[in-house]
Amino acid sequence: MIGYALGFASACFTLGLLANLWRLMRGPTPPDRILALDTMVMNMIGLTVAYGIWQNTGLNFEAALLFAMTGFISTVAYAKFLLRGDIIE
Amino acid sequence: MHLIAEIIISALLVVSGFFALVGSYGLIRLPDTMTRLHAPTKASTLGLGGVLLASMTYMWFARGDLSWHELLITLFIFLTAPVTANFLAKAHMHGAERPENLPATGTESLWATFEAPDQHLSPNLTETKPETNLTER
Repeated sequence: MIGYALGFASACFTLGLLANLWRLMRGPTPPDRILALDTMVMNMIGLTVAYGIWQNTGLNFEAALLFAMTGFISTVAYAKFLLRGDIIE
Repeated sequence: MHLIAEIIISALLVVSGFFALVGSYGLIRLPDTMTRLHAPTKASTLGLGGVLLASMTYMWFARGDLSWHELLITLFIFLTAPVTANFLAKAHMHGAERPENLPATGTESLWATFEAPDQHLSPNLTETKPETNLTER
């Protein structure tokens, strides 16, 4: 049963990645594209954790945590760059 | 593994997948940047919390050790999603909106992100009559 649920969750995360990719290419304004990138990072964290459940290993949590941190920092840096034209003032 | 644990883990995984899909579909479907900001920062965050809870429960029942890494990731995601949304909203407001087109704040002050820097020191928060220009946009 967990296998089917894992397949469903992975399919949902993958479809979400495709949707975010569409918004990333299409998005009319730069904040839309940054938001699509941030959501892609979130979906990738979900896929990583689901893969960790499937492989029955705890090694993926560090990767997911690093992904979360780099995603947040890159999003904030990009938004700050849009706001001020500079990242560290 | 117990059947109840399997049911709990499967339900958490299905719910998290559904919410992540809703968040990503809302990113496509919603019409405006400010409305589009709602979908990933709420629904996708909830979906991510669901899959992390499922992973935590699975590791507890399958391997016998309760790991706290997932809770750390969940806490981090839940803390950083509003900050991200705030930054993106500010970037959008300064990039595509003008201060006179925004809805009224209900006070005499403007939106805080459009104020001059010295106006932040003494904010004027007295109530004014609310203007109904929310429908004009």
